Amino acid sequence: MTASQALLDVRDLRKSFRRSAGTFSGGSESERFTAVDGASFRVAAGETFAIVGESGCGKTTLARMLLRLIEPDSGQVYFAGENLLAAGGSGLRALRRQMQMVFQDPFASLNPRMRVGEIVAEPLAIHERALSHRERRNTAALMLARVGLGADALDRYPHEFSGGQRQRIGIARALILQPKLVVADEPVSALDVSVGAQVLLLLQQLQREFGLTYVFISHSLPVVAQLATQVAVMCAGRFVETGPARQILEHSRHAYTRQLLASVPEVPLPK
Amino acid sequence: MATLLDVRSLTVELPTAAGRIRPVNNVSLCIERGESLGLVGESGSGKTMLALALMGLLPPGARVSGEVWFSGAADSHGTDGRKNLTALDERALRAVRGREIAMIFQEPMTSLNPVMRIGAQVEEAIRAHEPDIRAETVRRRAIAALERAAVPDPALRARQFPHQLSGGLRQRAMIAMSLAAGPRLLIADEPTTALDVTVQKQILELLDKLRRQLRLGLLFITHDLGVVAQVAERVAVLYAGRLVEQGPAREVLSRPRHPYTEGLLAASPRLTRAPLTPIPGSVPRLDALPPGCAFEPRCPKRLPECAQALPELRAASPGHSARCVLIGG
Repeated sequence: MTASQALLDVRDLRKSFRRSAGTFSGGSESERFTAVDGASFRVAAGETFAIVGESGCGKTTLARMLLRLIEPDSGQVYFAGENLLAAGGSGLRALRRQMQMVFQDPFASLNPRMRVGEIVAEPLAIHERALSHRERRNTAALMLARVGLGADALDRYPHEFSGGQRQRIGIARALILQPKLVVADEPVSALDVSVGAQVLLLLQQLQREFGLTYVFISHSLPVVAQLATQVAVMCAGRFVETGPARQILEHSRHAYTRQLLASVPEVPLPK
Repeated sequence: MATLLDVRSLTVELPTAAGRIRPVNNVSLCIERGESLGLVGESGSGKTMLALALMGLLPPGARVSGEVWFSGAADSHGTDGRKNLTALDERALRAVRGREIAMIFQEPMTSLNPVMRIGAQVEEAIRAHEPDIRAETVRRRAIAALERAAVPDPALRARQFPHQLSGGLRQRAMIAMSLAAGPRLLIADEPTTALDVTVQKQILELLDKLRRQLRLGLLFITHDLGVVAQVAERVAVLYAGRLVEQGPAREVLSRPRHPYTEGLLAASPRLTRAPLTPIPGSVPRLDALPPGCAFEPRCPKRLPECAQALPELRAASPGHSARCVLIGG
């Protein structure tokens, strides 16, 4: 069976939303707007599959459907051979602990009223109910160390940390259940250049250490170039080109991809 | 011919709970007529605060020292129009702001009035500085301004509201508004950061064309070295409120002389997949700056003396200087 060969097997995923006519646009008719218009792809274990596209192309909607944070209208998602969209109850919970998400905005995605130790250990409190408070806290401390933060972070609040540190906290929380798949939605686009590079290298290092598979969503081709093994270029809800990263970046066949590549303001390489 | 903008030892002090901080710390720089200067820095480097100081738009409680000499148009009394902006009162500043120095921002939606038609907003910008002008003339000039900013079908767009325009078109409308009064200096604060790359490219090309056509001085603020390489003739790099390097763009980007500039270049992802080297640590807080070079704690090339005293800007080559002890040492 083909589904078992790939960790993630996505078939013809579709999603449309009703777009209500805005208050100021004069009409009262609402129309349907297709965000994702038939996306199919497979991601083998250990790969970094990057989905790159401009704003509004549907990449975030697609990313969220992979974790069933948004329900697709149609299509299938197989995770390690299991039909994610047919799963429910404990079956769904078991699948979900193997797939986690890292979000773009490390200021919005961490609960400001929770201590970092609680934020990072929270997935354990949901999925590992047999663990004691102390065990959860110890695991959280270990995970924080893996992302480069000291145990003193446990009792502090998110606002005490810089953007880069908060993104590390978000990554620790995503990895504490030892998932197989991590979907990262623009994880460095809110960060400064010097800090973004730290987080990209950390993601690469964690991928090796934990044997992770990434689906990496980004608007930035240079960032994608850094991490991706496979690239899908998305435009208006569809993949216009998919292939190995090197092929897409160096020998793109599609006009839209070429236009994107030609628009990137390249940073010169110092002598 | 006098330099268009001559900033001398500009310092901005702000009161905070932790004491007074200096988001702009003794910064000197120049822009000639028709020249583009890229001001580069990460968040907290002081680049936006510097721009606001030039426009006299600082938050209450801010204290400014230093001089900002601006060569405006000569007036009817025969004075040459050169003035120190930090010494002007609010009334005199208002005559400069918008008319002689204009500014565009990252998110055009926050600068545009959402319930006013685009054309009316451009007309308002024209009328603010020429109140006696005839209505028909204003309307014609507003459409011409939109056309100059390469807004397609300007007469139609003038009748629309900001939300009916794409992000790129809104930024074009902002550019049209900002240039309507014929300023000599345009301050552009991350004007393309919120845009898609294909649209960004068009806006950068438009700004470049207008700069040449109108002999406009351009102060382009960005965190993106790729964008700087595309728009700037000269570059100034800010770190923790201080100017750490400045010089011709091509030279600064190909042969950086400050380890921070070097670090930024090495940390920038490239399509060529050149290996990334991040800068360790993070930007220091302005209320806890180290006594010497602010970059010293993160610098791979630091020497013991770097922690003791702030290095002066040293000339590396003609027109290129950096605040680093490694130069000429």
